[in-house]
Amino acid sequence: MAEPTIDPITLSVLKGRLEQIADEMDATLFRSAFNPIIAEAHDASHGIYHAATGETLIQGKSGLPIFVGAMAFAVKLVIDRYGGDLHEGDVFIFNDPYEGGTHLSDVKLVRPFYYKGELVCHLASVGHWHDVGGNVAGNYNPVASECFQEGILIPPVRLFSRGELREDIIDILRANSRLPESAYGDLNGQINALELGCRRLTALIDDYGLERLRAAFKGLWANAAKLMRTRIAGLPDGLYSAEDFMDNDGTTDVPLRIALDIRIKGERMSWDFSRCAPACSGPINISRSTTIAGCYVAIKHLFPGVPANAGLLEPIDFDVPKGSILDARWPRPVGGYTETVLRIIDVVFQAFGEIDQSLTTACAYGTINALSLSGKREDGKPWVMFSFFGGGHGAHAEGDGLNHGNAPISTATIPPLEVLESLYPIRFTTWALRPDSGGTGCHRGGLGAIYEMEILAPDATLSLFGERGRFPPPGVAGGAPGALNRFYFETDEGFKEPPMASKILGVRLKRGQRLRLETPGGGGFGDASLRNPEAIRRDRYLGYKTDREVGSETPAARLSQSPGA
Amino acid sequence: MLVGVDVGGTFTDFFFLDEERGTCRIGKIPSTPENQAVGFIDGLMRELSDFSEIAVIVHGTTVGTNALLERKGARTGLITSRGFRDVLEMRRRDRPTTWGLRGEYLPIIPRDLRLEVPERVLADGTVLQVLDQDAVVKAATVLREASCEALAIAFVNAYANEANEAAALAAVGSVWPNAHITISSEILPEIREFERTSTTALNAYMQPVIARYLRRLDEVLEDGGFTGQILIVQSNGGVMSAQSAARFPVKTALSGPAAGVIACAYIATESGYPNVISCDMGGTSFDVSLIAGGRNTLAPQTTIDFGLVVRTPMIEITTIGAGGGSIAWVDDGGLLQIGPESAGSSPGPVCYGQGNERPTVTDANVVLGRINADQPIGEKLTTLDVEAARKAIQAEVAEPLGLDTMTAAEAIIRVANARMAGAIRLVSIERGHDPKNFVAMPFGGGGALHAGALIKEVGLARALIPRFPGVTSALGCVIADVRHDTVRTVNSLLSDLDEIELVRWIEEIATAGLALLDQTATDFEKTEVLVALDMNYVGQIHTLSVPLGDFRDRLGSPLGRPEIAAAFGQRYQEQFARLLEDNPIRVVNLRAAVIGKRPKFPLSLLAPPEGLTRDAAAQGTRRIYDGGQWHETEVYARLRLPVGERFEGPVVMEQPDTTIYVDPGLAATTDRFGNLLIGRDV
Repeated sequence: MAEPTIDPITLSVLKGRLEQIADEMDATLFRSAFNPIIAEAHDASHGIYHAATGETLIQGKSGLPIFVGAMAFAVKLVIDRYGGDLHEGDVFIFNDPYEGGTHLSDVKLVRPFYYKGELVCHLASVGHWHDVGGNVAGNYNPVASECFQEGILIPPVRLFSRGELREDIIDILRANSRLPESAYGDLNGQINALELGCRRLTALIDDYGLERLRAAFKGLWANAAKLMRTRIAGLPDGLYSAEDFMDNDGTTDVPLRIALDIRIKGERMSWDFSRCAPACSGPINISRSTTIAGCYVAIKHLFPGVPANAGLLEPIDFDVPKGSILDARWPRPVGGYTETVLRIIDVVFQAFGEIDQSLTTACAYGTINALSLSGKREDGKPWVMFSFFGGGHGAHAEGDGLNHGNAPISTATIPPLEVLESLYPIRFTTWALRPDSGGTGCHRGGLGAIYEMEILAPDATLSLFGERGRFPPPGVAGGAPGALNRFYFETDEGFKEPPMASKILGVRLKRGQRLRLETPGGGGFGDASLRNPEAIRRDRYLGYKTDREVGSETPAARLSQSPGA
Repeated sequence: MLVGVDVGGTFTDFFFLDEERGTCRIGKIPSTPENQAVGFIDGLMRELSDFSEIAVIVHGTTVGTNALLERKGARTGLITSRGFRDVLEMRRRDRPTTWGLRGEYLPIIPRDLRLEVPERVLADGTVLQVLDQDAVVKAATVLREASCEALAIAFVNAYANEANEAAALAAVGSVWPNAHITISSEILPEIREFERTSTTALNAYMQPVIARYLRRLDEVLEDGGFTGQILIVQSNGGVMSAQSAARFPVKTALSGPAAGVIACAYIATESGYPNVISCDMGGTSFDVSLIAGGRNTLAPQTTIDFGLVVRTPMIEITTIGAGGGSIAWVDDGGLLQIGPESAGSSPGPVCYGQGNERPTVTDANVVLGRINADQPIGEKLTTLDVEAARKAIQAEVAEPLGLDTMTAAEAIIRVANARMAGAIRLVSIERGHDPKNFVAMPFGGGGALHAGALIKEVGLARALIPRFPGVTSALGCVIADVRHDTVRTVNSLLSDLDEIELVRWIEEIATAGLALLDQTATDFEKTEVLVALDMNYVGQIHTLSVPLGDFRDRLGSPLGRPEIAAAFGQRYQEQFARLLEDNPIRVVNLRAAVIGKRPKFPLSLLAPPEGLTRDAAAQGTRRIYDGGQWHETEVYARLRLPVGERFEGPVVMEQPDTTIYVDPGLAATTDRFGNLLIGRDV
């Protein structure tokens, strides 16, 4: 039989229809989720995947960028395990991070999609649940040495078998979460999203026919691959290298190298991660699938016009050696995957600084700073606050970096400080841009932030999972790095910094004591001597740049004034 | 005489309603962007020599929107709590686009004009630190000397206790030279410091601009003998007095588009179609809004531009970048794309002959014969360059795709229609509405060309083209009610709710709102005080708006927790099907709308006059390309069509401000109000 063909116009139309289906699946889950990480931070994603290979065909535009690459591996895991035993009405659930990507908090649902009894593709949903067990509420355990300390590990199992819900699976999940209602609410949202996707896709095939849909999947893949090959062909052939470091793995204070060698030849390139550190004992390992997903995010930032499907990976060969920090195997801890993925994006941007300065941006702040504060209120009721913080974006050929942006792997917004103050016994004393934190250059890196808060409850326990405390976000094209991440907490003996720079577990604070987080700015772009004098003057009078040297004062001197003090 | 005036980017539209004689007229002239008042007065003078005949002018304006988009507001200073001057610049830690880490953010108040003073209120309303009055006076003096013309004051947690902000307002009175001061607890006493500070700052930034404009307008109107009232359309679809507009200009941020949606709701409902999706196709964008059961949907906030957030209720309008000026291009991978780049109205489409060489949606419509090249809309051009449009489509679309020119032109329309259909699906299907129950109502210049294709593509029941689609917004001005929306954060468990205080708040809001209604010196059919609470289950993120009904006749009488709980239960069940028994409930915000219902004019005023005939309206035929072939197509002068005629597509109807295309396979009829209905079965 001849290859199904599709005219380019119908292809354009179907592309929009399919993207809208994925977007609507995203929106369905955001609206109904119980957990702020999904509902507000949009730490979830939906898409349509290839029936035989699991490759990404269509991805929603509003989900978390990092999942765009990772979900293909999750679907492939289901195909590998159950390929010969899939049935209409099956839905698989799992959070295995080694094959399926990211970390244990991300629960994936995969549903084979059938049209008139025929397997057409897979629909998948992933969402970051509030709690999946483990040693630390919220699952960011900065000193985990095995995945068992990070949460329950679920291999792909049938949540629905031929349309029949297996309540026993739900019982296991609920029994392993500190927040079973939240988990159950999110799971329901994900099931509904997949159900909606099936209905919409069925209606679309009713309109356009199965053959045309299949041809569209092929055509869209080919379109992305061709666009990517054209882009690569426009880049100069050669070997380009970059390296950067993680502060430590939270258990041993030794830097870990993340390095990338990109070789470009004609329409193809190879990305070689051989020079990276070996797997470590702390939770900053990532699996191979997460590594590829990180590369995917970096490529989409560099080439935003290329559509989000697997075709864009076609002209790229990846080399991720066995035993590397980027190829974590069971039961290595992977809870802090965000930090390592951000570093991958950083080395890609740096390598592209060598390839084509106009394409790249300098490195962004490079850490999510997952901060948790918990304790008991005056009335004895427990409280847990959990939040991520922002920093500066990198400068680029067109201008300065954005002040106080979100991480490149995410599109999450920060909760308002007034909401945090109304929910938890804390008070912010500073919520400000951090002067002098953007790397200098012809274009300046965006500024990081200063968040300082005071404990209003009798006591509190704090944990932080961050990075960039030892190695600042590099600039590109001769731009200077941004400022380091700094964290201070008050003790009876004055202010202290964690021995592991930005990672610490279980520090006790008393009423009236403070903690202060100063996040990195972005790296600079180009030679600082070429900066427009008007921009330099503006940086001065706006106070983005002062005469102070970054980090020169003592911690106490950095603290803001108390009201009435 | 009642006059609606809508000033848009390209045209200023007029709707004159003579209530005594029971007649109406319309007018349209090019806008005068440098000074909108010039076009405004010119347009009035074309119809009226003596402005003393006018009782009320209702005005939809883009002065505020433009000041924001073009950053042409006043130099403004901000005074805020110590430690928080960067809240405005830090936003909610977002970025302009998901992919590609480019783009900067320039706050409308730069960092050197944001000053901090010692003061602090806690989340529960406790004053931790009383305001340092000397520091506020000093800060205001510094800002005045830095040439600031407007002042914004926004303190942390001021929603929970306005004492320090009120003290600051009193203190700066001695040094601030004008009335352009906005405090956050007055304009938006709602939790969320960035959204509140942004709304406060944008209001202050717009105040001098709007105040100057309204003063100038008032002067020239008075010169013409005008002694009536001026009312201004707000983004929420209601109107307010000119005094209120000068004080709360941020509420006019989407004034123009809101009036259009109001008109659609009224016309469609009166015509028997209370479920309608309004579609406004302009030069660069396509705006849709859903009206269910005759009611508009309100959104709590909007983003005017990256980081420019206005949090006041506004009519929910979904915008996509697909307008007549959107450029068609083929990407390196061989896919046809429409927009987001647009040729706008200047240089405009290729056929305008003003320098743009990349084909647009309008160029495709011209090449396909759907737009009459010899009778362009507006007064600027006398003819359109079809040949240039054809060449551009040939070079930029047909050749890269290996198609002939006509197929390529149809492809452009098809992809553009698909994008517009996507926007309609977004507001209908995705919100749980069945498109079969809705009609599309295109207004503005371009929408009526695409209406037929859109109803086919989405499965809408019909399209309804109002008699004067080009002046829909001006007509909306004439029928809009006076309305004031207020919010106050409650943030209390339902079980701990202070019922007495809630009742007192509702009374306060109602008293203030009714006073504002009086200020408009309008005779209302009735007044309403609609109260709603934003509520959720503790632990849930998003809130539900729970309507409690009209409190106009029960002000001051008790409102109990059981009544609130029951209303919440009902609303939650409607929305999510399943109640969570035993889960504690939280009341987050109180929202109240004080509404003065203005008398409406009968839609029959728009009906075509007696004595028209189909034959007299016929304009001959024109060749139109559709579905791969040319059709010799009848053309009619739309305004000369009699009531009750039926036309089989393909057929074209022309009127001065728009062209209507009825696709093959569809039909059109004229109803008794002069509307044209398009569908399969009309």
